[in-house]
Amino acid sequence: MTTLPTTTAPSAARPRRLDFTRALLYLGLLVATLFFLLPVYLLVVTALKDPSVISLDTTWQLPPAWHWSSFADAWAKVSGGLRNSLELTLLATAISAVMGSLNGYVLSKYSFRGANLLFALMLFGMFIPYQSVLIPLFQFVKSIGLYGTIWGLVLTHVVYGLPITTLIFRNYYGEVPDALVEAARIDGAGFWGIYSRIIFPLSVPGFVVVIIWQFTQAWNEFLFGVTLTNPASQPITVALAQLAGGQAVSWNLPMAGAILTAIPTLLVYVLLGRYFVRGLLAGSVKG
Amino acid sequence: MRRVNRDQLTALAVLAPSLVLLAIFVYGFIARTAYTSLTDWGRDPSQALAANPVIRYIGFANYKDLFTGFLDARFRQDLVSALFFTVFFLAGCLLIGLLLALMLDRNPRGEGFFRTVFLFPMSLSFIVTGTIWAWMLQPSGGVNRLSPLVGLPAGQFEWLTSRTSIWQFDWNRLPLVTALVVAAVLVWVAVTAYREGARTRGHVAVACAALLALWALTGGVTVKLLPYPEPHGFNLAFVGIILAAVWQMAGYTMALYLAGLRGIPEELREAARVDGASERQVYTRVIFPLLAPITLSAMIILGHISLKIFDLVFAMAGPDNTQTDVPALLMYITAFRGNQFAKGAAIGVVLLVMVAAVIVPYLASTFRREART
Repeated sequence: MTTLPTTTAPSAARPRRLDFTRALLYLGLLVATLFFLLPVYLLVVTALKDPSVISLDTTWQLPPAWHWSSFADAWAKVSGGLRNSLELTLLATAISAVMGSLNGYVLSKYSFRGANLLFALMLFGMFIPYQSVLIPLFQFVKSIGLYGTIWGLVLTHVVYGLPITTLIFRNYYGEVPDALVEAARIDGAGFWGIYSRIIFPLSVPGFVVVIIWQFTQAWNEFLFGVTLTNPASQPITVALAQLAGGQAVSWNLPMAGAILTAIPTLLVYVLLGRYFVRGLLAGSVKG
Repeated sequence: MRRVNRDQLTALAVLAPSLVLLAIFVYGFIARTAYTSLTDWGRDPSQALAANPVIRYIGFANYKDLFTGFLDARFRQDLVSALFFTVFFLAGCLLIGLLLALMLDRNPRGEGFFRTVFLFPMSLSFIVTGTIWAWMLQPSGGVNRLSPLVGLPAGQFEWLTSRTSIWQFDWNRLPLVTALVVAAVLVWVAVTAYREGARTRGHVAVACAALLALWALTGGVTVKLLPYPEPHGFNLAFVGIILAAVWQMAGYTMALYLAGLRGIPEELREAARVDGASERQVYTRVIFPLLAPITLSAMIILGHISLKIFDLVFAMAGPDNTQTDVPALLMYITAFRGNQFAKGAAIGVVLLVMVAAVIVPYLASTFRREART
């Protein structure tokens, strides 16, 4: 799993010295790769072991026989959460992406006095520790009857997702030339006409970045999930925490559960990594 | 003209729902939490979960308890833990992220593969990371069994179950230490001010530093927050959690630094070499200074994440482990397990103040710079 090119790159100038630094470079990369992949190795190996052969002494050894039924057992424990997570993540992502796109359009093309201050006040919402709003949020969600349903979580993820989706779209639309918008306006297009004919068709990469980012955030979120749901509506992270936090005698179950929880976001990352990184950099405001 | 005006109105109408939602969910709820923290909601267990609880205003009593109350030593240890966690987490992420970026910047073969490997933990939930690393850090397995694979004796470190605390200090010293640290920062501000020729700013900073130091040496030494000494330090059980957090987030700093390195034009490095700079000087004199703003951004983003850290600790050490507790976790336990809503709210407000102290200047400077350009 960690096959690495250990040969040094051929180089014409200063071959001896360069070979040495090149070797050092690949050694460093090898060590770093081991650091990042050893936990994955342990995760997979443990998930595939029969509980009876899991012992601390033989942690790093391959399983004597592949034991696939851990996944079936873990699936029974987390599949309800997986379904909840899938529903609430897709809903929250879609809604906050559309709202973020419209907000970004307004803030970049219809700027008004005080817009920057307002935008900064919006952005603050994505940095706050959610513990500082958790008690009123819990009361509010309960009072409108959404406690214990996925809808309370959807609402929460949409609202606290708005700052980042607005930020990404605002910066993205900032690159669209104002002259384009102006030309459409002279042709008689109004607010919605400009959005549907010019802005929206240009938005595909922006939507990809935002959707990936929001999907990952909502899928991985835990605090709201553990506060605002009951066992029937809990997301997969809460189900996994329960699976792992119970007095787990056999570690194959939580490991298999962790793999099931990680697969969707990992797939998104591997398939669309470039856009994932773009969202990551956008999160640091200036990027 | 009329068209533009109508479009402006439409634009505001489109923005309005988001503004209202955020006004309620962010600022309204913060105000509500702040108010709750000034009440006695939950002090009387019989009232805590009543349909219409009797809630009285009691001023800053909850905060006073948290910082000086006999029963809330756990909160004070959590604050200290969060600060230690932040320092080591930041140092780890910045150092490893920079190293990884510098290596990838030399265009090794398979760069794409390495980048993917270094960054993939960012896509995982902290709960997944915590579950994996809790297993990695079993006292007589996982990481401790790595050394026997190469013929060395097994590691003995207890990781998550360690009860050792190092670098302890007396909580009563806090006002003194705070005053001295702030004074030191002010001295540093004064030095940079004088160097830039801002004499007035320098004088003010020096005067403030002198006043603080004077107070620390006369009054600060005798201030007692508690009638007894209360030691707090760095719990070694956090080492493993910091390791897992760095494993997850180092890729983020790597991505930031790599983007920065790729943005430095090759001509700049060439020019430095032509001027006779050694390979090391190219880095220390040209490249690292250009990366400084990235370091600052990364410190702010990672710093506020680490002050808020919750899920990772929950998944690795469980919610009820006092050795590995942090304020974000204690708030959840206090309010949602213990039904002490007012005290939980107070912890939430303390967290918010700490995070805001990091984030607000960052947002302000970002937008001031944007307004200027």
